[in-house]
Amino acid sequence: MITWFGIAIIVLAVCAGIVSVVSFARKRTPNDYTLGATLLVGLLLLAQVVIAIIAPFTGNHAAGDPLEFWMYLITALVLPFGAAFWALIDRKRTAILVLLVVNLSVAVMVYRMMVIWG
Amino acid sequence: MPNSASASVLPEPRTSGLGRVLITVYLILALAATMRALYQIVAKFDEAPLAYSLSLLSGFVYMIATVALLKRTGVWRVIAWIALLFEFAGVIIIGALSIVLPELFAHDSVWSHFGSGYLFVPLVLPVLGMVWLRRDRVTLHAETDDAKATVREGKR
Repeated sequence: MITWFGIAIIVLAVCAGIVSVVSFARKRTPNDYTLGATLLVGLLLLAQVVIAIIAPFTGNHAAGDPLEFWMYLITALVLPFGAAFWALIDRKRTAILVLLVVNLSVAVMVYRMMVIWG
Repeated sequence: MPNSASASVLPEPRTSGLGRVLITVYLILALAATMRALYQIVAKFDEAPLAYSLSLLSGFVYMIATVALLKRTGVWRVIAWIALLFEFAGVIIIGALSIVLPELFAHDSVWSHFGSGYLFVPLVLPVLGMVWLRRDRVTLHAETDDAKATVREGKR
């Protein structure tokens, strides 16, 4: 795992969370900003999947158990896309809160992934 | 809510308001608990078979609760209540046991120390779920009454 990239995902996920809180406070329904930020987090996680596949071949091995790392990564990857999909098929104001919860969960999970990788 | 008129005609329960957030948190907890327990069982089951089996069981119950809360009509409502009560009992009993008999739960399960490893979400969530399920029944009834009223008005 590349440390700065992991930190970038966490920062972006927290930012997406903040955008969600602001949008919810302004009584918006899911829009390009909230959904876009969440999808961006999802795309960065996809990039992280590629990184995690390539990293061991370049000598960057996980200190912890790779199996545990991958379980976190796959779960984290599903969340933003699932939440964005649910927000699209049912565009209610509270869908933004769902995006908030999901983004903060992703931030925590990426932190855990960084601890496992070492 | 501006779209309540059209939604009240639908037989499916509306997942509006905080219920939606609640179900999301349930889903994430279900995923987290199940994935972690699966990993623990695959990688190191013999270290703490009881704690890890319980983690997996709790993960499954969280999944059942997630589905039941989404449906929450008829039989699903009963299942939701059972799952929520089971979770609440689990977190209280296992939480207490993990403090009284730490040797049984040397390794963390979802419910050890009242769910402190999960920011006490497992302790709070079933309570919120039950409160919401009770309140939701009121709105469901109100909605059916609404629908009946609309039908009656339509006939006249």
